[in-house]
Amino acid sequence: MGISEFRGPGFSEAQWDQIRSLADSLDAKQLTWLSGFFAGIEHQAKSALFGQATPVSAPASTQNRTLTVLYGSETGNSATLAGALSERLAGAGRAARVLDMAAYKTRELKDEQDLLVVTATHGEGDPPASAAGFFEFVEGRKAPKLAGLRYAVLGLGDSTYEFFCGAARRLDARLAELGAARMRERVDCDVDYDAPFADWMSAMVAELAAQDVAKRPAIVAEPRHAAANAPAFDKRNPFPATVIDNIALTGRGSSKETRHLELSLEGSGLAFRPGDALGVMPRNDPVLVERLLATLELDPEDAVTVKERWLSLRDALGEMFEITAATPRFLSHWAHVTGSDELKKLRDDNTTDSRADYLRGHHILDIVRRFPAPGVDAATFLAGLRPLQPRLYSIASSPDFAPDEAHLTVSVVRYALNNEPRDGVASSHLAARCDAGATAPVYIQANPHFRLAESDAPILMIGAGTGVAPYRAFLQEREARGVGGRSWLFFGERNFDSDFLYQTEWRDFLKSGALTRMNVAFSRDSATKTYVQHRLLEHARDVHAWLEEGAHVYVCGDGAKLAPDVHAALMTIVQKQAGRSKADAHDYLSAMQAAHRYHVDVY
Amino acid sequence: MSSPGVDRSRDLSQPLDRLGPDERLKADSDQLRGTISDGLVAELTAAVPGDDIKLMKFHGLYQQDDRDIRDERRRQKLEPAYRFMVRVRLPGGVLSSGQWLKLDELARAYAGETLRLTTRQTFQLHGVHKKHLRAVIQGLHDVLLDTKAACGDGPRGVMSSVSPELSALHAEVYKLAKEASDHAIPKTGAYREIWYGEERTPTDGPEEPLYGKTYMPRKFKIGFVIPPINDIDVYAQDLGFIAIANGGELEGFNVAIGGGMGRTDNAPNTYPRLATVIGFVAKDKVIATCDAVMSVQRDYGDRVDRNHARFKYTIDDKGLAFIKSEIEDRLGAAFAPARPHRFTSNGDALGWRRGEDGREHLTLFVENGRVRNFEKVALLDGLRAIAQTHRAMFRVTPNQNLTIADVAPNDRAHIEDLLRAYELDRLNQGSGLRLSSMACVALPTCGLAMAESERYLPKLIEKIETILADHGLSREPITIRMTGCPNGCARPYIGEIGLTGRGPGKYNLYLGGGFHGQRLNKMALENVGEAAILDYLGGVIARYAEERGPEEHFGDFAIRAGYVPEVRDGRAFND
Ligand code: SRM
Ligand SMILES: Cc1cc2nc3c(=O)[nH]c(=O)nc-3n(C[C@H](O)[C@H](O)[C@H](O)COP(=O)(O)OP(=O)(O)OC[C@H]3O[C@@H](n4cnc5c(N)ncnc54)[C@H](O)[C@@H]3O)c2cc1C
Ligand SMILES: Cc1cc2nc3c(=O)[nH]c(=O)nc-3n(C[C@H](O)[C@H](O)[C@H](O)COP(=O)(O)O)c2cc1C
Ligand code: SF4
Repeated sequence: MGISEFRGPGFSEAQWDQIRSLADSLDAKQLTWLSGFFAGIEHQAKSALFGQATPVSAPASTQNRTLTVLYGSETGNSATLAGALSERLAGAGRAARVLDMAAYKTRELKDEQDLLVVTATHGEGDPPASAAGFFEFVEGRKAPKLAGLRYAVLGLGDSTYEFFCGAARRLDARLAELGAARMRERVDCDVDYDAPFADWMSAMVAELAAQDVAKRPAIVAEPRHAAANAPAFDKRNPFPATVIDNIALTGRGSSKETRHLELSLEGSGLAFRPGDALGVMPRNDPVLVERLLATLELDPEDAVTVKERWLSLRDALGEMFEITAATPRFLSHWAHVTGSDELKKLRDDNTTDSRADYLRGHHILDIVRRFPAPGVDAATFLAGLRPLQPRLYSIASSPDFAPDEAHLTVSVVRYALNNEPRDGVASSHLAARCDAGATAPVYIQANPHFRLAESDAPILMIGAGTGVAPYRAFLQEREARGVGGRSWLFFGERNFDSDFLYQTEWRDFLKSGALTRMNVAFSRDSATKTYVQHRLLEHARDVHAWLEEGAHVYVCGDGAKLAPDVHAALMTIVQKQAGRSKADAHDYLSAMQAAHRYHVDVY
Repeated sequence: MSSPGVDRSRDLSQPLDRLGPDERLKADSDQLRGTISDGLVAELTAAVPGDDIKLMKFHGLYQQDDRDIRDERRRQKLEPAYRFMVRVRLPGGVLSSGQWLKLDELARAYAGETLRLTTRQTFQLHGVHKKHLRAVIQGLHDVLLDTKAACGDGPRGVMSSVSPELSALHAEVYKLAKEASDHAIPKTGAYREIWYGEERTPTDGPEEPLYGKTYMPRKFKIGFVIPPINDIDVYAQDLGFIAIANGGELEGFNVAIGGGMGRTDNAPNTYPRLATVIGFVAKDKVIATCDAVMSVQRDYGDRVDRNHARFKYTIDDKGLAFIKSEIEDRLGAAFAPARPHRFTSNGDALGWRRGEDGREHLTLFVENGRVRNFEKVALLDGLRAIAQTHRAMFRVTPNQNLTIADVAPNDRAHIEDLLRAYELDRLNQGSGLRLSSMACVALPTCGLAMAESERYLPKLIEKIETILADHGLSREPITIRMTGCPNGCARPYIGEIGLTGRGPGKYNLYLGGGFHGQRLNKMALENVGEAAILDYLGGVIARYAEERGPEEHFGDFAIRAGYVPEVRDGRAFND
């Protein structure tokens, strides 16, 4: 991107150099956006200059009300959008405070006047773990009447989940129930939330701010960038990380395959902290792409356009769309395309269970095989698909220990469906098609709710399977920084012989003292299945002592049951060891949560 | 027992800190207890902590790891695949059908569905997981077997000839072998406490009357042989008893001392040595003789340098005369002059043999002692089927073979049906060379292996067989013994052809061993690969076919033909 050699008016030599080098590093989109961004800043500067932080023209009704943007976020999307929203509001001269539900003082709720909520849904339609407390309060009996409140809710979700945007729905309904006035219908965003969010944001800004000078298409298209000092590489613009190493951690005879990947972030400027995750943009299995094309009798070379990009149908299916699991949307789309009554029945079935069951048992390939659409064209088929989603992987290394690198612990998803082997998109891509030397598009997914205790407080790390990944990063960090503090790791997997992930590294951490204590549970080595929660209970006295001494508890891993089972174990321990009542134990753990001493990251 | 002028600077008479580290280890082990019980439950590793590894040998257990995947696991950030080798104590190699069935059961449950017959007439279970050790040892206990002193610095498995024909002699000699073993094993309660979970009971007096706190300086091996078959290689024993009978009546034994194979490459002060016959004792003096000889080695053996601690070196250092007189002192009597005895071979008499008592015995060739279900022969299943008849006893031979023994004449047909059904009748078909071969375990389990042995010798023999066939020598019994390192577990230094591993694919080749174990062989080629070995052997075999004298054995010929000089004394082995 060239820029005039001649210095612009009023710029210093140094400034001009910076501008030039910046300009060179930007693509057209980014430049257009920047222009809009600076325009916004210019406006703020002016209004500040003329002492009109809030444009007079704004309807008083709006202008003298407090405005809060509240978000509930697990993997950071909602947080980012909330940030973007407040930037836009500020740009429009409507100051708003942005708060994480995790940090929100619930007693302030009754005094709120205008409230914009952005919340994700996790698990069975539940709010993000960090927002659990807020939801408990709002949905609980202690919730105040909110007659004076005006609000609007934006939900982030994933339509492949049973309870799409469940948390947003709950909150939206409850606030109304408490007497608050809904400014605008709730918007539920699917995983490709850019456009719906942009529209919602513009609408809200228009509603709440007098003049939205910064309203420019560029901004609407790229709200993410509105966050101050956004990194050059991010979810929309991932960094092509080179694979340094890719080995199987699971030994011979294992019932699963878990791999260790080392990626180079050199030159990316990407910064992260132990606990953060790496977003990885996968590619679909070329074999599956061909199989799908053959079934649909479509020409791989057909040129199609996706997101203003021209490319072959083969590449589109390979890089741009989810082509394994089907969504309810695809179901109804295909019902429409094929006119199949059976599909229509499923689509209209309002007992979602049977539809969910059907989707669990039938991937896109199964559906198009079972319900052919002779002569269907590429565009029509693509219209039913959702964009390919990046997958998140907890980073298993510390930047202090391995600078410019991110290590991952990836459990490869493989299973059979309709007597055919199926592979998880990202995990099998990383396993099978990312040998050393290959590159994979990645970005950092901050995970503020899963941070290594700053102090040298004791840490109690509970991990199942790949859930130990962040703990490897924690211990590397403590060792690299020479931070003291006792640590206790509970690790669970299937078989000792083959699945003891990073066994020799834990041994070394124990030797060096970075790790104080470790207990393991291997569920398939003995007749009676033992899991981490059983080990916790076995060491109840010590575990309780650690809690009393201010230990931070971390729970991480795959499996929906891990978090509840561990929580139940902790409840038991807190009750039994200190003779507390169930309620007291509950408060005890809630208090730990509020004090950011109880961190959960399950997937 | 005064011993003027004898160097005592390296033996038990010295304070511990002047001795080797293992002596302190034994002394501090609380009679072999150490921290074994704790190590067994350590959940983060399949290994046991440092010193316990050595102590567990005294309990017949060796910590090993699968060397085939050692590097692979290192890269996977997994510890080595630690497992334990369990060596059973089985004096004379004799066991019942019931005992066989238990071993079969344990092998299938905990040891990779294979049993290993050893060169000292017992069984090894490989690949036993730490957490299964108690189950295995208690299983053995159920059938009155144990693993006491099968390894470690003590009296190793006591051998006894198989002698199918000589029913009466075998019965009597085997009984003595068992007595000697039961008598000599450590008496510490450690074994009962750790493996059977029994309470520690206070003992009046020392727990180990014979051994004290530091046991023997090194392993000590006892064997009983019944001429004319020197199957146990009596000259390789620290203490050998050669049965002397008169008209079928056992009178006593010629006593041979100081045999041993182990050596180290490039360490000329280590060498194999054949035992020296020092006299005759009556059969009722056997146990007393064991005590006398072992106590001499206990008191004079080198406890500073383990590589120089075997009885053979004690004898050569102190002098045979001195050692003999020490033994006689302790026996309280002088040895009678040795009686004449004659050996014809050290191989097994394969096939059916009828004992004087009319019972039938079938000795089967089990290549390298490996019992498992092979593609061609379902050996493990077949032997289980035979054991299930409870119509036979079993004897493990010193050549890693197996004798199905004590079959009543009218049961023989039934056993033969089973042999055919499982195609075990093929086992004894093979060249004279193969049927006279032995290889040690070596890779992947043996931690000391430098080269393949058990997994390689059969292939090498196949190639030598073609050469023999060209010269019409396919049926000629020629003893060939291979080991994966110079320790000599398959007694390679007495083989007519001996091969000891030096590195991957590389071996020393030895020729000239005595056909009935009476003479050490001598190195012909050093550190060479298969091609050189075959080329050299090809030449020797060709000439042997041409120039051999009547009944002349391959080993004798190699010396007469000048390929190697005769070795008359172990100390000359490395010359
Ligand atoms: C199983 C067996 C070879 C076989 O294929 O049958 C064997 C196997 C081992 N022998 Fe041996 N020895 C075996 C008979 C022998 C013999 C032959 C004999 O005793 O007639 C010898 C030569 C005689 C002698 O003792 O000199 C023998 C001399 C050694 C030595 C060298 C000893 C020495 O003082 O030089 C070692 C190494 C050591 O002890 O330091 C050794 C060590 C070993 C170990 C335990 C390796 C170790 O120390 O870690 C091997 C275990 C390998 C495995 O994975 O099973 N083994 N070993 C034999 C078991 C005998 C038994 O049932 O007790
Ligand atoms: C914050 C966070 C951190 C994470 N950290 C890690 C990590 O450190 N390591 C790690 O390995 N993973 C981690 N994950 C999970 C990871 O992001 C992916 O979800 C996982 O790798 C699967 O993705 P995939 O593309 O391979 O499988 P997908 O293509 O997404 O397939 C997964 C889907 O396959 C279907 N499926 C799976 N098994 C079956 C079956 N038996 N029958 C029918 N259908 C089935 C289910 O619909 C399942 O949702 C993390 C997730 C999050 C949110
Ligand atoms: C473990 C997990 C569970 C989820 N469960 C649901 C769900 O039940 N319903 C839903 O609509 N979305 C679900 N989602 C999708 C998220 O809500 C979606 O990815 C959202 O963009 C995350 O926003 P956040 O980064 O602010 O947490 C789930 C995501 C994850 C990782
Ligand atoms: S001879 Fe060496 S390699 Fe063979 S079993 Fe003995 S110690 Fe192991």
